[in-house]
Amino acid sequence: MDKQWEQMTADEKQEAQFQKLLSPKDPEGNDVKFESPAAEATYKANLTRIKDAIQMKKKPDRVPVVIFPSMFPYYFAGITPREAMYDYDKCVAAFKKYMLEYQPDMHIGASAPGPGRFFELVDYKLYAWPGHGVADEHCYQCIEKEYMKPEEYDLLLMDPSFYFRNFYLPRVYGALQGFTMLPPFTGILEMYGVAFNFIPFGLPPVQETFKKLFEAGAEALKWAGAMGGCDAELRAKGFPNILGGYTKAPYDVIGDTLRGTRGIMMDMYRQPDKLLEALERLVPIMIAMGINSMKQTGNPLIFIPLHKGADGFLSDAQFQKFYWPTLKQVIVGLIEGGCIPFIALEGKWTTRLEVIQDIPRGKTLWMIDQSDIQKVKATLGRNACLAGNVPSSLLRLGTPQEIRDYCKHLIDTVAQDGGFILANGAFFDEAKPENVKAMVDFGKEYGVYK
Amino acid sequence: MPETLAKLLSNLQESEALAYVGEALEKGVDPTKLLEGAKEGMSIIGQKFADGEYFIPDLIFSGEIMKGIVALLEPKLKEAHGGGAGKQGRVIIATVEGDIHDIGKDLVVSMLDVNGFEVFDLGVDVPVQTIVDKIKETNAPVVGLSGFLTLAYDAMKKTVDAIEAAGLRDRVKVMIGGGQVDEKVKDYTGADAYGLDAMDAVKLAKQWIGG
Repeated sequence: MDKQWEQMTADEKQEAQFQKLLSPKDPEGNDVKFESPAAEATYKANLTRIKDAIQMKKKPDRVPVVIFPSMFPYYFAGITPREAMYDYDKCVAAFKKYMLEYQPDMHIGASAPGPGRFFELVDYKLYAWPGHGVADEHCYQCIEKEYMKPEEYDLLLMDPSFYFRNFYLPRVYGALQGFTMLPPFTGILEMYGVAFNFIPFGLPPVQETFKKLFEAGAEALKWAGAMGGCDAELRAKGFPNILGGYTKAPYDVIGDTLRGTRGIMMDMYRQPDKLLEALERLVPIMIAMGINSMKQTGNPLIFIPLHKGADGFLSDAQFQKFYWPTLKQVIVGLIEGGCIPFIALEGKWTTRLEVIQDIPRGKTLWMIDQSDIQKVKATLGRNACLAGNVPSSLLRLGTPQEIRDYCKHLIDTVAQDGGFILANGAFFDEAKPENVKAMVDFGKEYGVYK
Repeated sequence: MPETLAKLLSNLQESEALAYVGEALEKGVDPTKLLEGAKEGMSIIGQKFADGEYFIPDLIFSGEIMKGIVALLEPKLKEAHGGGAGKQGRVIIATVEGDIHDIGKDLVVSMLDVNGFEVFDLGVDVPVQTIVDKIKETNAPVVGLSGFLTLAYDAMKKTVDAIEAAGLRDRVKVMIGGGQVDEKVKDYTGADAYGLDAMDAVKLAKQWIGG
C-alpha cells in the first residue's frame, strides 16, 4: 500500500480492500492456492462482478447472482437445523454441497446455524433453538422481552460496557450470573486500595462464571475454525465470501434486544430525551463494532439488518427523529473506516426511501425484501447497489417458471444500468430447490450485459 | 364530558387522560359514561391509523393508556353493575405450531380487545388440535393465525385442514398474518383472508361478525 491506511480517503480504502481480496493471502502471508487456474479465474471474475456492482463506476460483465439463505442449505443437504448447529463438520459439508449445487457468485459463510453447544454452555436465553424450545427441524427464534428496564437508561448512558456486563448480559446468559458481582474496571487506579477491586474474582460465583466462559470460548473457537475452513475451501474453488462482520442501527439495538419493540415505543412517548441520548451514545460503539470486525476478518462487508424502522413501525416524523439520524451516522462512520455497509431492509420500507437515499454513492449494498423495488431503484438505487428481491413466498410456493418471470422483470426494470445483484429478498429456510436453481441459472444466463 | 376523555385519549395524552378519569370518578361521574368516552377515543385512534396519521407506536401506546383507564374504571364498574365491560364477538388468535414469535400476534390481540372483541389468545407454538378444541369450546366464528417464518405456511395449512376435517370450516372464517404472508400464502393455506397489520385484523373481524 502506497499510503498509510489512516490517511486514505473512503474511496481509496474501499479500493484497497477489494484489491487485497483479489490477491488473497493465507494466514501465513503466502498467496492462496486455488484448486485450478479455472477456479482462480472464477474467483476473480466473481469478486470483480460484485465489486463493479457495489461501486457503480461501471457495469459488471453480468448481473451478479447471490443467495442469502438462513437454514435452506441444511434442508437442501438433508440435515436438520439441530444437526447443523451441533455437528460443525456436518454443517460445513452441507453448506459446501449447497454451494456446489447452486454456484452463486458469492456467499456469506456457513455461520447462520451457529454453535449449539456454545449456546448451551452459556445458557443463552435470548433465543430458542432446535432442541431448546423449538423442534429439531426448525430455525432458532428470538424471545423478545424487556431485558433492560425503563428506569435503566442512566446506567446505560453512564457506561454502556458496565451496563452490558453487569446487567444486560447476566439476564440473557444464565452462565454469566457472576458478572453481576464485578466492579467497574474504571475504578482500578492506584496502589492504594486497588486490590479491593479484585476481591470479586476470588468469589465462587464469579469463578464459576469464568470457568464456563473458558469452556464456551474454546467451543466458539472450535466452531470458528470449522467456519474459516469452509470459507477457505470454497475460496479455493472460486467462491468468495466478503462478509466481515455485523453491526446494528442504534434504534434496533435498543428496540430489538434491550427494551424490546413495545418498550422502545413507550420510551418515545414517556422518556424521549433519554432514548435520544442513548441512541447517540451507541453510534461510535456500533461504528467501532463494524470496523473492528473488518480488521479482524479482512472482509469489508458489514451486515446491518434493519428491523424496527420498517413502514408502519414508526411515523415519518418518528423515523426522522429516532431512527435515521443515528443509523446514518453509523453508515457514514463505517464507510469512512473502509467498510461496505450491507444493509438489509427487512420487511417493507417503501415510505422511508426519500429519507434514506441521502448516502455516499457506491459505498453500500442494500438487501431489499418487500419494499417496492421500482421505487427503491428510483431513489436509494441511484446511489447504492441493491440486492433482491425474489420473495420467500415465491421460492417456497411458486414454480420455476414463475421465478424466471419474476427475475426477468427485475433484470429488465432495475438492473439495466448496473448497481443490482439478483438475490432473494429475505433470509429463508424452506424453499423448493428447483426454484432456487431457477433464480440462479436464469440470472446468470439472462443477466449478461450486452 | 366523555368527549373530553375521547379527545385526551385519541391525542395520546396519557397523564392528562388518567388524571381526568381519576378526578371524574371522585366527582361521582358514572364509570359507564367514562368507558364510553374511552371507547370513542379508541375508535378515533383506529380511524387515524386507517388514514395513515397514526402508526404502530401510536396504537401500542393508546392500548397502554386504555389499559390504565380500564384499571381505574374496573372496580367502579363492578360496584355499579356487578360486571365488567360487555364484549361482543369472539375471536381466537394463535401463533401457529413451530413458531414462537409474538409481537405481531400480541398487537392484533390488543387491537381486537380494545375494539370490543372477546379475544381468546392461545399464545405461541399452538398445536393444531388446541385450536380446533377452542373453536368447539367457544363457538368463536373467527380464527386468526399468526406466523413470522416460512415454516408457518405449512402449520397454517395444517390448521385450516384440521378445522375442515373437524367439520367446523363453514362455521369459522380464518385470517392469517405475519412477516412473509401474502396472497399466495393465503391461497396455499386455504385461509379466507390475510391482513397486513393489526387494524386489518380488526377490519376483517368486524366485517365477518360485526361489532
